Parts: sequence; C-alpha cells; structure tokens
Amino acid sequence: MDQVIQIKVTDRDKKVQTLDVPTDMGLNMMEVCKSYELPVEGTCGGMALCASCHMYVLSDHDLPEASEDEENMLDQAFFVKSNSRLGCQIKIRENLDGLEVELAPVSPENS
Amino acid sequence: MISTDILIIGAGPVGLFTVFEAGLLKLKCHLVDSLGQPGGQLTEIYPKKPIYDIPGYPSVLAGDLTDRLMEQIAPFKPGFTLGERAEKLEQLEDKTFKVTTNKGTELCAPVIAIAGGLGSFEPRKPPIDNIDAFEDKGVDYIIKDPEKYRNKRVLVAGGGDSALDWSIILADIAEQVTLIHRRTSFRGALDSVEKVMELAHNGKINLITEAQAIGLKGNGVLQEILIEQDGKENYYFPVDHFIPLFGLAPKLGPIGDWGLEIDNNAIKVDTFDYSTNIPGIYAIGDINTYPGKLKLILCGFHEGTLMVQSAFKYIYPDQKLSFKYTTVAGVNGF
Repeated sequence: MDQVIQIKVTDRDKKVQTLDVPTDMGLNMMEVCKSYELPVEGTCGGMALCASCHMYVLSDHDLPEASEDEENMLDQAFFVKSNSRLGCQIKIRENLDGLEVELAPVSPENS
Repeated sequence: MISTDILIIGAGPVGLFTVFEAGLLKLKCHLVDSLGQPGGQLTEIYPKKPIYDIPGYPSVLAGDLTDRLMEQIAPFKPGFTLGERAEKLEQLEDKTFKVTTNKGTELCAPVIAIAGGLGSFEPRKPPIDNIDAFEDKGVDYIIKDPEKYRNKRVLVAGGGDSALDWSIILADIAEQVTLIHRRTSFRGALDSVEKVMELAHNGKINLITEAQAIGLKGNGVLQEILIEQDGKENYYFPVDHFIPLFGLAPKLGPIGDWGLEIDNNAIKVDTFDYSTNIPGIYAIGDINTYPGKLKLILCGFHEGTLMVQSAFKYIYPDQKLSFKYTTVAGVNGF
C-alpha cells in the first residue's frame, strides 16, 4: 500500500471515526464505509442507482460536481441537503486527505 | 389454489435459472414476485446496464439477460404470479407449505426456494412523522385508478417519470394538480418534462420547485400539507390527496417474520445445499448469507443448481437421482 489518506466519517449516532483509506485501490466512499462495516447499504453496488449511500460532505474539499445521474438519484432520497452526495460517486484520490463526511439518516419507513 | 413442486419466491435471474435446473430433474416451478415483470433488480433497477461477469458473455445488458433466461426456461413451462408479494407462510399437516400473497392468491408446494434478492420492491415513503396515519386517507404511493382523483386537489411529489406522467394525466381529471420537486430541473423523459412545463405555463399544473413536503395535517382525512421551500417561510397548502412518487426500494418484508434465521437482513443457509433452518425451505442468491458469500448472479446460479438436487431428495426420499449432462441428454421440457 503506497498511499494512505485519512477520512473522517460521522455515523448516524454522531460517532466520529477516522479511517485509513488506500488511494491505489480504485475505491469509492460507499465501498470504504462498507469495508469498515459502517451502516451503508450500497444496494445497487455503486451505479448511482439506489441512493442508499447518501452522505453529507462536511469539509470543503474540491470534489467533482455531481453528474446528472447522481442528481437524479438524489431526487429519490430523503433528507437531501445542498452538501448531499452519493458515496459511490466519490472516488478516493490523494487530494481527499482529511475529507469529512456524515452518513445521511435513513427513513425508518424504508429500512 | 396453485400447486407446484418448488415455489420460488422472487423472479430475478437466480429464481429464473433455478426453473431450468429443477426442470432437468422433472420438478415443476411456480414463481411469485412483487414486481409486475420478471427479472428482479435487472429489469427494475438497471435494465440498460451491461454485466461483464456472466460466463460466455463478454458483455450482456441486464434486460437482455432476463430475456435470455426466460427463453431458456420456457420449455419447462413455469407458472408466474407477478405483482403480488408473498405474505404469509403456513405448513399444512402433510408438511406441504402454503404461501398466501398480499392479494390472497394461495400457492402450495412441498419445497420453497426463496430467491428474493434484496427483498420486495416497495414504494419509498417520505420520512414524514404521521404519514402512516394518512395512508388511504389521502396519501397514496401507487395510483390504481386516476378517477379516484376526479375534481380533487392533488399534490404529486417527485422528479422522475412517474411523477411527471401522473401529473400530466391528472391535470385533465383533478380539480387542481400541484407538482412539488426539490430541484428546478426534472430527470424524466424530455417529452414529459416539456409537457409539464407547458401545462404549468397554461395554469393546468401548479409547479412548486426547490421545495419538499415535510408535514401532513388533517382531521381523520388529509387536509393540508406543510411545505418547506427555499427562500420562504414554511407554509401549509390545502389538498385532498398527497401522492409521493420517489421510486421503489427493496425491503425484506414479511419473509423476515417466517421463523427463518436472519443475519443482517439475509437468510442464513447451509452451503451444503442452501437449506435454511426450516426443512424444505431453501434460500438462494442475494438473499442468503454464509461465510464467504458474494452477491453475484453467477454464484446464485450455482446455489440454485445445488439446491434443486437437495429439493429432489427432500420431495422423493426413496427415489434415486441420476445426474445427466444437458450436452448428452438434451433439454426435454414438460
């Protein structure tokens, strides 16, 4: 593992964890959360087709803008805010060192 | 009442292919699925996406794979109960299982194969506290008969095709149609978007964008909806009906209450034959779990294939089962 960055994730109980994340494995934030057994479903496997990896970006990192597909999928999510993203569309790169995200709440109706 | 050898719950790829493997053993199958069409996630979530890990197909569209599977199992004449969700499980005196759907259809079989994927697809409900109290009292997640809304004031929520299409249809029927959406742009088919914009321009559809419904109020029946809109104070909007259309999401649903061992929303199985803790009930595909489980269509095919061998011995404990290769014996349907 050449490069490891650190990412802070706030879970739904507001507990903050700092995760060590390799940058050379082509991971995205949904996969990172799942590998640390954080409660992220990732139902569709990362195709921006289910919104079950909805999270808020808390830090002001420079992320590529959400694609139309991602925005469309966020339309089907709830608790959407201006900093809402789908974790599966956030590709891990070196410039994301120090990224801070918070898992969006899941509707009790749908869980 | 429908009787069969193996009742397969879930008509996704794994459920479909299991019909083939069961058919080779002369076991008949009947499939039940909450969706209106076979294919499960493949047709519901990603019909136009290519799949690259089906042996022999360098690339195949999910929708095409479903069509191919339907073609492959056709000789075995499977039965289908589509658009109905398996709800209740009973075991009769002779050990036969009886499953009743949410529409009252009764399905009987000595063996059940749960190939339910991620669960049954159900409408996503907005997280509004008291929404349950208004279901069927003004709140509908599915439109069955548009005539229900004749001369009523309707608020449709969502930004996709179903929200757009129903707003267009209801514009001619309802007294007032309001479409509420969190953004100013819509993701539906261009035709539908243009039509909605035109209807909005002509005052036939009332468009509220950058907004969402956050509360419901009424006296036994729905009367007002609390709306949160960018740049405005929250306000109440009078309506007779609220139709949130936010797509479908899978839910384990009633299967979770059938006495099966569940681990993290999946059914525990023995990898020897994918049997569950209830003799005669198997679980295959994405819905099962065991050490080393991978949620792949490929693995589900394997699981279904081994499972029907065990099912045969369960149904006919005294009969000998000889395994025949299709290359040698061909595919002889029923």
